[in-house]
Amino acid sequence: MFRIVTARLVPHALARRLRDKHAGAFASFEGWVRRRNEGEAVWRLEYEAYTDLAEKEGRRILAAARAKFDILAAACVHRVGRLKPGDLSVCAGVTAEHRRAAFAACRFIIDQVKTRVPIWKKEHYDRGGTEWINAAAQRPQGSGRRVLRRRVTKKSQIKGSGK
Amino acid sequence: MRRTVHIRYFALLREQAGRADEKVETTAATLTALYAELRARHGLGLPAARVRVAVNGEFAEWDTPLAGGAQIAFLPPVAGG
Repeated sequence: MFRIVTARLVPHALARRLRDKHAGAFASFEGWVRRRNEGEAVWRLEYEAYTDLAEKEGRRILAAARAKFDILAAACVHRVGRLKPGDLSVCAGVTAEHRRAAFAACRFIIDQVKTRVPIWKKEHYDRGGTEWINAAAQRPQGSGRRVLRRRVTKKSQIKGSGK
Repeated sequence: MRRTVHIRYFALLREQAGRADEKVETTAATLTALYAELRARHGLGLPAARVRVAVNGEFAEWDTPLAGGAQIAFLPPVAGG
């Protein structure tokens, strides 16, 4: 089960859905909206999805997880719309007979969801302005100037502290 | 040959195009050529190398020949989670 939803996500909802007497382990991941990202205070996140294709691609990821790991079941739900810090953006859950497969499959699913599923995220900053994550002009993915700026900031803080 | 296709834009591309969808008449023969045409028309910032394309609800290759009536979606770099 892979769903794109607009309703608020409830913690542990997947545990109830996946409950199974044959399972000895349930591993889950929840993505939470963080107040700060890359040093910027974020007051809102806006998520958008190409719902049909996102659910199709999501189901393929869950099928790949079931083929790759010794698990019983897997599910994932991603919320779209306007979210605020503290809200849950995504939940993934896996049941297995044993914990290793449950942990590994859960991590595989969330990693794949983040890189493959057509979902987009726009940050709204306290200072004003917005940014679509991963889509800034001329900035290659994964090597952003924002990361560099954060490192510089940390260094200057250390210098300034005199320690 | 002129074909009519249906376009959907998402996220950054939707904002830059100023619309979520549109019907387009084009002589472009491939998805690459179509994107180049729409990129110039709407001032889309992302080069094709950073965009994925879907046809009729499924991911597609950029060199796919264009078919009349196709539902085409341009997808900026994803950022779920």
